[in-house]
Amino acid sequence: MASITLTVNKKKYTIEADPQMPLLWAIRDIVGLKGTKFGCGMAQCGACTVHLDGEAVRSCVTLVGRAEGQEIVTIEGISDDNSHPLQKAWIEFQVPQCGYCQSGQIMSAAVLLRENPHPTDRDIDEAMMGNLCRCGTYTRIRKAIHRAAEIMNA
Amino acid sequence: MRLKEMIKQPASRGDLDRRRFLQLTGLSGLGLVLGLGWKPGDEEAIVAAAGTTAVNLSAYIIIDSSGTISIMNPQPDMGQGTFQSVPAMIAEELEVTLEQIRIIQTGGEKQYGRQTSGGSNSIRGNYQKLRTVGAAAKEMLILAATQRWKVPVSECYASGGVVYHKPSGKSLSYGELAVEAGRLPVPQQPVLKDPRDFKIIGKNYPRPDVPLKISGKAVYGIDVELPGMLYASVAHCPVFNSKLVSYEDADTMRVKGVKKLVRFQRALGAHKYDAVAVIADTYWAAYQGKLALKVKWDYDGNDVFDTDVYEQTLRELSGKEGTVVHSDGNFEAAFSSAPVQLTALYELPMVSHSPMEPQNCTALWHGKDLLEIWVSSQGADRVKDEIARNLGIPRDNIKVNILFSGGGFGRRLYNDYAVEAASIAREVDAPVKMIWTREEDTQLGPFRPPTFSAMKAGLSADGKPLAFQHKVISPSMGSTLEDKKDTSGESSSMTEGISTQAYELPNMKNEYVFSQIHIPLAAWRSVTSSTVAFAHECFIDEMAAKAGRDPLQYRLDVLLTKDSDTKRLLLKLKEVSYWDRPLPAGWGRGVAQYEFFAGLGGYVVEVSSTNQSGIHIEKVYMVIDLGTVVNPDMVALQVEGAATMALTAAIKSAITFTNGQTRQTNFHNYPLVRINEMPEVEVHIIAEGGPKIKGVGEPGLPPFAPALANAIFAATGKRIRKLPFNINKV
Repeated sequence: MASITLTVNKKKYTIEADPQMPLLWAIRDIVGLKGTKFGCGMAQCGACTVHLDGEAVRSCVTLVGRAEGQEIVTIEGISDDNSHPLQKAWIEFQVPQCGYCQSGQIMSAAVLLRENPHPTDRDIDEAMMGNLCRCGTYTRIRKAIHRAAEIMNA
Repeated sequence: MRLKEMIKQPASRGDLDRRRFLQLTGLSGLGLVLGLGWKPGDEEAIVAAAGTTAVNLSAYIIIDSSGTISIMNPQPDMGQGTFQSVPAMIAEELEVTLEQIRIIQTGGEKQYGRQTSGGSNSIRGNYQKLRTVGAAAKEMLILAATQRWKVPVSECYASGGVVYHKPSGKSLSYGELAVEAGRLPVPQQPVLKDPRDFKIIGKNYPRPDVPLKISGKAVYGIDVELPGMLYASVAHCPVFNSKLVSYEDADTMRVKGVKKLVRFQRALGAHKYDAVAVIADTYWAAYQGKLALKVKWDYDGNDVFDTDVYEQTLRELSGKEGTVVHSDGNFEAAFSSAPVQLTALYELPMVSHSPMEPQNCTALWHGKDLLEIWVSSQGADRVKDEIARNLGIPRDNIKVNILFSGGGFGRRLYNDYAVEAASIAREVDAPVKMIWTREEDTQLGPFRPPTFSAMKAGLSADGKPLAFQHKVISPSMGSTLEDKKDTSGESSSMTEGISTQAYELPNMKNEYVFSQIHIPLAAWRSVTSSTVAFAHECFIDEMAAKAGRDPLQYRLDVLLTKDSDTKRLLLKLKEVSYWDRPLPAGWGRGVAQYEFFAGLGGYVVEVSSTNQSGIHIEKVYMVIDLGTVVNPDMVALQVEGAATMALTAAIKSAITFTNGQTRQTNFHNYPLVRINEMPEVEVHIIAEGGPKIKGVGEPGLPPFAPALANAIFAATGKRIRKLPFNINKV
């Protein structure tokens, strides 16, 4: 056990945890933010994607000790009111079905758009291949990312 | 009212007192509580109000005097849209917007009857009755207003939760009228709206769950948090039917945070499987504790099961006579004398549901015999049934809270994980959240039954069908899950739709050959149609090819001379897919349809083949026949999803066994289709309105894979008769 200070969505949390605990469980069960989801535990599905100093990481395989001193952003941190261009586009295209993977999808897409404001279908496919969706919302995710790019570039 | 009393006195009591109902639902003030009820001895439900009619009431609409309008939704949402679409049917007739209502998920209370989302039934099963309840409430509210104003009903109308008097412009909100309306007689045959006047039904109304699901605010079963909650991770044996001999827990107890171990049995259908739960103050500690646990299992001879051997058994059984499920004319004579004979064996594997949210459940015992459950499930009623049956407590002592489900696809019809959490929490003096790993979700079943089809057809010299046979060879869901000794009844569920397609096939004799298995099997999205449709529609394609005919035109001109929904569907597919437009060299298009209990859908798939014998899916067209549609955009989503799931089952994954254990464990070796592999699906809905209504969630699945395989044949000349296949090397 160790005392670990995390900065999540610009807020500081000092938690007592096993440094080997994956960041996912620290965020969900100790910090108490449930929007980041557990899907596979081995970086195969992307449901747990968060930003660590601006990079999309799979929090299920990121040790909480490693996240100390870095800026963590979760789905709850990208806007307070669904005003992020991706969230607007997700609403416009009514993307989610069960919705369980969508936090991770949006967090991966946010990094894509920051680095590439005009992604092609192929760019989207490459950036989003790590995020599984069992309900099959892929084609809408593609459309919504294009739309979010338009909103951001407007 | 305290929780214990709420559980002890559930809303299921007859002669429900309005006051108590409002207390139970947390609403203030007396009002209109309207729903469906049964009078003793009646067969049909009547529209009934709390307090006015002595019946067992299932309330669907609750309007309190502060104006809060609550609508009860008995159909859990696993992503198929019932969170909105079911309340929408009531709101439409009640004349309120979806923004004005509060949606309350029912919790398995007896009076609501079936509260299970499955069989593509949520809309078609509720369409008339829920609209009737909404219309009756609206009429009562209008009547209450006319009595207050002393004006005729004909001068009043309702809109947006308000009753208006046209001549004077006066208005009263539903909240202001609720108390008086609640005392009025209940109209039994209220006038339903003309579909042309619909404001919600048939429109692409935005769904209220979408903002929650893109902001991390939607609460799924796995997100429930209770004060003092502990976590459980469970050691199951991956070899089914093993016995737990002993376990060594010294290392487990050394993991910081681990509290105790609970030995119990997983109850899945009639099966009981030994298991041990590790309880800890965080999930991570519980999981680490489980990894450190050394369990000694006695496989009891079950560690020899092997898929390759089992598939050989099914092949051998395909030569046997089975239970005849349909016989028309004389198949044997017609087949043996036919100038052209075709036979083929199709092989479809076991697959796993693999919803994105691993199975989990939170349970809290209030004393010895009162239980509260928080769970992602397809049916609150089934959660209650399964827990009551396995734990021996009265059904009414269980309160079930249904949360959003991170996918279902049939898996969450079986609530073994809820029974597990209840069993574990019974031994713990705190609420317990049990979470399975993805490995458990992949390995522990229940799985879709492996299903083989032996096909035979006799054709005339000019390609007309003279004899047809579809023989299904498989284990059955009922025999494994319910431990039925008599398997004769399994033939109908395992031969779903094969004898009832609209095709005009003379001398048709269909059979079912049962094969024993000890692996738990269950319904998977579109149930048996997800397997038998592949054989059926690919074989029809083989017949067309043998006859030298275009496969769509063969269906239309030879097999469907009479009018039918299927013929209409195929004609629509022909039109929207530009079937007659020439394709580039190396391309091919395929068609398939399937009609079964859930509904009717069909696809045209276009593919191109590359030099390296890989196949690229270029375009997918789909037509679904619904009659009436509630949310067309949601229908398109469901079809896009069904196509994706069908593609995964066709080209990606099978569950296979070696030494009694599944070889697949997680998404690295049980892959799903990813975004780069999914083509556009163009969805067309046939919906002319009217009372005929068909299902949405499942009909998009069965015809996809056969349309794909038929397209690959058109492009390459190669027949695919075994799934999954490698699309990169056909």
